[in-house]
Amino acid sequence: MSDMKHISMHAVRKSYRFFTLDDLSLELEPGQIMGFVGPNGAGKSTTIRLALGLIAPDAGEIRVLGHDMQRDPAAAKRDIGFVSDTMRLLPAATLGWHMRFVASIYPGWDEAYATTLVKRFNLRPEQGIRSLSSGEHVKAALLLALARRPKLLILDEPTSGLDPVARHEIISEFMDVLRDDSRSILFSSHNTVDVERISDRITFIDRGRVVESNDKEVFLDHWRRVHLQLPPGAKVPELPHVVGRSGEGQFVTLTINRYSEELLAPFGAHVRDVQRMNLEEIFVANVMYHREARGL
Amino acid sequence: MYSGISISQTDARPLYLQIMEQIRQRIAAGDWAAGKELPSIRALAADLAVSVITIKRAYLDLESEGVIVTRHGKGSFVADVNGLAGELQEEKLDEHLAAAAAIARGLDLSDEELAARLRRAQREVKKK
Repeated sequence: MSDMKHISMHAVRKSYRFFTLDDLSLELEPGQIMGFVGPNGAGKSTTIRLALGLIAPDAGEIRVLGHDMQRDPAAAKRDIGFVSDTMRLLPAATLGWHMRFVASIYPGWDEAYATTLVKRFNLRPEQGIRSLSSGEHVKAALLLALARRPKLLILDEPTSGLDPVARHEIISEFMDVLRDDSRSILFSSHNTVDVERISDRITFIDRGRVVESNDKEVFLDHWRRVHLQLPPGAKVPELPHVVGRSGEGQFVTLTINRYSEELLAPFGAHVRDVQRMNLEEIFVANVMYHREARGL
Repeated sequence: MYSGISISQTDARPLYLQIMEQIRQRIAAGDWAAGKELPSIRALAADLAVSVITIKRAYLDLESEGVIVTRHGKGSFVADVNGLAGELQEEKLDEHLAAAAAIARGLDLSDEELAARLRRAQREVKKK
């Protein structure tokens, strides 16, 4: 099945004593990269652990690579590669030992690709894990995941704490994986610059709820900051799709989440500037608006 | 395939517009001749480390402008239109003239003053 979703979560709930992830739905298609963006404690790692089948939901349905993660998690796990920034390899063993270990478990292990990655990441198989820098440690974990050639890569904050050069190397490697349109990547990150650059779809999450999940280009096309200069004493008329406003007196800035030129027609010559927003600005404005709407 | 296209994070324009602009320039300059195959969407995405959806958007918009043609299953090619490079140059000229006209209005220049300045610019070019 080529049109099978790689991840399909529907109305998922998971409750803890002080935190509830609720009504979570998201879908990832083959050939896509999804960026998963949210503040600390938003529920990103909980969502990822649900997708990996490490924890079970209280309600809702989770299918990964076509498999029901409640009934048949093992079948999906063979084709999932997972790396997180908190993952720790065995400090006393070497990278080569880890490579042989993973190769012995996963039949899909690609030795030639592993060798290429060792070179590209400037690692050495005889290196002890204890002697690796934090950047090298992430690269080693990523190498072990990539060389298995998984259909789905799930990455929890893969680039956090890395220097710009290491981040660039790792991101290039992700894009290389996507040359094959049957593979996909879900990655969570605080780094909205990376997410904006490489993601096809973006899901914003805040306080246990999905704020919005959409194509990246849709986010970038829909959101605008509009700067108005109004005649003295004039009031800003009510407009649809205005999710934020700031400024006083004659100078007012509106944040709009469904921008079109017609929308601004009533303002005529009072429009001083219309600015595009980057993903970070859209994310912050979106989260603040939804918190207000939820009465948080 | 190495495209030679580069993008900038500090450029205020969105990525897909930067990519479209650079492809148009290569075609207008004649570096990419009519019929030349463009890099595949996924190859260019990997090359630039930019999402597939962004490259798709750039190719779709170039296609609707008639700059490239996409044949299903075969890839995208520089459109085989006579004088396309010239058309692109003329489009660019119109854009610059429109921008000049807008600035002239901002400066309250009369039509004659603007025309006089254009003639002066033409003389400067001839001298070179």
